[in-house]
Amino acid sequence: MLNTPDDQLRAAVTPAPNFLRKRAMIDKLARCILFAAAAVSVFVTIGIVYILVSESLVFFENVSLTEFLTSTTWTPLFAAPSFGIWPLLSGTLTVSAIALSIAIPLGLLLAIYMSEYAPPKVREAVKPVLEMLEGVPTIVYGYFALMMVTPLLQAFIPGLPGFNMLSPGIVMGIMILPYTTSLSEDAMRAVPRELREGAYALGYSRFYTAIKVVIPAAISGITAAFILAMSRAVGETMVVAIAAGQMANFTFNPMEGAATITTFIVQVSLGDVRHGSIGYQSIFAVGLVLFLMTLLFNVIGFMLRRRYRLAY
Amino acid sequence: MTSFSKSIGMMKNVSTTAEPVATKRTHSAPPPASAGQEDTWLLEPEEELRARVSDLEFWYGDGTQAIQKLNMPLVDKRVTALIGPSGCGKSTFLRCLNRMHDLYKGVKYSGEITLMPENVNLIELDPMVVRLRVGMVFQKPNPFPKTIYENTIAGLRIRGIKKRAVLDEMAEKSLRQAALWDEVKDRLHQSALSLSGGQQQRLCIARALAVQPDILLLDEPTSALDPIATARIEDLLNELEGQVTILMVTHNMQQAARISNYTAYMYMGQLVEFNETDALFTRPKCQRTEDYISGRFG
Ligand SMILES: Nc1ncnc2c1ncn2[C@@H]1O[C@H](COP(=O)(O)OP(=O)(O)OP(=O)(O)O)[C@@H](O)[C@H]1O
Ligand SMILES: [Mg+2]
Repeated sequence: MLNTPDDQLRAAVTPAPNFLRKRAMIDKLARCILFAAAAVSVFVTIGIVYILVSESLVFFENVSLTEFLTSTTWTPLFAAPSFGIWPLLSGTLTVSAIALSIAIPLGLLLAIYMSEYAPPKVREAVKPVLEMLEGVPTIVYGYFALMMVTPLLQAFIPGLPGFNMLSPGIVMGIMILPYTTSLSEDAMRAVPRELREGAYALGYSRFYTAIKVVIPAAISGITAAFILAMSRAVGETMVVAIAAGQMANFTFNPMEGAATITTFIVQVSLGDVRHGSIGYQSIFAVGLVLFLMTLLFNVIGFMLRRRYRLAY
Repeated sequence: MTSFSKSIGMMKNVSTTAEPVATKRTHSAPPPASAGQEDTWLLEPEEELRARVSDLEFWYGDGTQAIQKLNMPLVDKRVTALIGPSGCGKSTFLRCLNRMHDLYKGVKYSGEITLMPENVNLIELDPMVVRLRVGMVFQKPNPFPKTIYENTIAGLRIRGIKKRAVLDEMAEKSLRQAALWDEVKDRLHQSALSLSGGQQQRLCIARALAVQPDILLLDEPTSALDPIATARIEDLLNELEGQVTILMVTHNMQQAARISNYTAYMYMGQLVEFNETDALFTRPKCQRTEDYISGRFG
């Protein structure tokens, strides 16, 4: 049968008879596993939302939505409790704003440096350091804020209380800096070389190439980085819990201490508040607010990305 | 004869019209300078030059020498085509002329690229200054993620030109030059990325023309385009003859024949033959050129 070399070759490259069936089976199996994985994550998300919403409903049976949204005192554990979300929101927003005003501009500058200026050797040295910083437990940053940054700030700002929002805000900014840097840098480095060369060919300097061409081209990735940074800042707990004092306080003044949504949640869930009490239920309501906030950021980010989406 | 032509001892200074049609090769004509270099031909054009490349050598960061002792004139306001097999160093040579290589580490040049009539060596200038005067169009269209209008005037903006009237006028003029105006005049403020590939490439040409470059380099500008878009760009290049000094790499010999006044044939980092386009394609002086253009090569 296989007499000529040609025949032998053809036989050698002919697939086994059950080849197609086998391949189809593997395909089907892969699809099932992948679907299961996707289904689990969707299911978990739905579960979380369900618990948040249903437990919040219990809370809102006892507390009116109007009080929740308009009152400016948050004293759920007092004998005469008051449930205004504003003190927690102001704390969350102030600390996040301080953190982001450090992490975003600095992260962008570092990313520009790393992707457009740094020689490969520097980049190879800095990248792992940044990744290492990302791995430091947040509680370490918390004590760093309390024990080092606050005393340092007190040397410059007389009268700064030991618990304030400035110090954890700054430290949180430093904490998420590696994150924004590395995500924005990835986005900028994904910009094709031809686009950069096109700018240089027109006589652009390195800096103008970076800010006029590379950043606009990478804007969707950079926006994503910032949105993730925002979500992380509002969701961050430990640093603020340790260094800002956990006292709900309706103020946007960074020199004062405050509680944030997340610090309140840990405080209650770790404390001796009776399960099922109204104070306990309140953590689901504020948790829902936090969830809606990050959802909002992500939707905005999604829309911005769509708006700037580039087909290169 | 210039000192330059003496420096490559074997050059013949003959205008093509005077050259008898019968002679096809120059194997025997001048005594070769060295045994290995038996077969090169360099026309000394009678027209005014815009630049002259003398003994150019170039090394990439990894030590690869991609250009060897390259000599070539660049005629003012004429189209010169650069042909040669893949990997022979056409792009490398082109990118020497706007110092694009300087963006990358460890590259090295030797020799001279003299800009005329200023008589300055381009290799000794600041690369950014060179790029302000030598424009480039790439193989793949690379418009910036901005509007069509902003793309067209990007080079002017970077030169600090702010007057709206000037910018508007230059935008229209260069878009007209690039034969794109009629297609985009109603959508100047839409994203350049909404254009087709051929339109994007013409936009890139408009962008390069808007800054009035002394020399325009084009690296296979039509290789990613369909025949219609290609024809439009060829028309455009034909029209630019007499206005801008153009050096264009192409793999398409018909294209080279259609649009260029001069053609240079490169092989393995060296220039084999530089001649008027007609002459090079109909009466090549070198055996290697003839082999290549007749398809006997590779
Ligand atoms: N960045 C680089 N580093 C090292 N060597 C390179 C680099 N780029 C190109 N080369 C080498 O230089 C030589 C010339 O390459 P070049 O890209 O100039 O060829 P080309 O004539 O433009 O080819 P093509 O027609 O395929 O575009 C090749 O041998 C190539 O391998
Ligand atoms: Mg090339």
